[in-house]
Amino acid sequence: MPDAKGSVNGSKSNHKIILYALSTCVWCKKTRRMLEQSDVTFDYVYVDLLTGQEREDAMAQVHKWNSAASFPTIVIDNAESVAGYKPARLEEVLGL
Amino acid sequence: MSETHEIGAERVDALYKRLDREAEAAGYHLNPDEEFTRDLVEGLLTNEDRYGYWACPCRLATAKKEEDLDIICPCDYRDADLLDWGACYCALYVSTEVKAGEKPVTSIPERRPPRDERPQFQEGSADDHPAPPTSVPVYRCRVCGYLCGREQPPAVCPICKAKRDRFERFW
Repeated sequence: MPDAKGSVNGSKSNHKIILYALSTCVWCKKTRRMLEQSDVTFDYVYVDLLTGQEREDAMAQVHKWNSAASFPTIVIDNAESVAGYKPARLEEVLGL
Repeated sequence: MSETHEIGAERVDALYKRLDREAEAAGYHLNPDEEFTRDLVEGLLTNEDRYGYWACPCRLATAKKEEDLDIICPCDYRDADLLDWGACYCALYVSTEVKAGEKPVTSIPERRPPRDERPQFQEGSADDHPAPPTSVPVYRCRVCGYLCGREQPPAVCPICKAKRDRFERFW
């Protein structure tokens, strides 16, 4: 089981990336793997492993960026988001 | 929450084989990407241990069964997603075309309505039924649409294996 929250340090850190995910979700796992393989720095939050206020706060963020409140939701530079595992779209937004 | 327990490979293997057998017997198919599918089965077992039921691994469960009923695998949205996208939301189940390799599996949009728009949270309606055209009530499986006229729904849907609590009164 992964940590509920954390960071992965890659050599590319020109974007602020937050991955909202579920620890049981395979699409989330694929998204995380793609980010790791792209060597970008990102924060991750496994919402299913949070409780109480922390979980509510995380869900409020997910909902703000993705009205379906689905996972994964990736927020980039606090400016745009990608919902679901969409490697081509992520590469475009991140300039990979 | 600090969860450290791991799901054993034997449990995953047993459930994977059982779901595969039941799917094929009922005209459904598990995703042929076995590594992907076994990961999802592990997610189901994790949720079984967490919540007591197979909440969809790719959706956030509330731990309140009555709120999560529609996302207990197989979910209420599986068949519509199989028809429209060739896979269910988490892609545990896929269409015949996908299984045959004629169509790729991708991450698909969430079909589940927001909480307040789900039928169980709408006022009225749930208990309003016209008089049944038979002498017994008719129940509908919310997962696969199976209809049966009997006093109570069956314990397990004979088609898709959903449990009794997934049936709704139809007539």
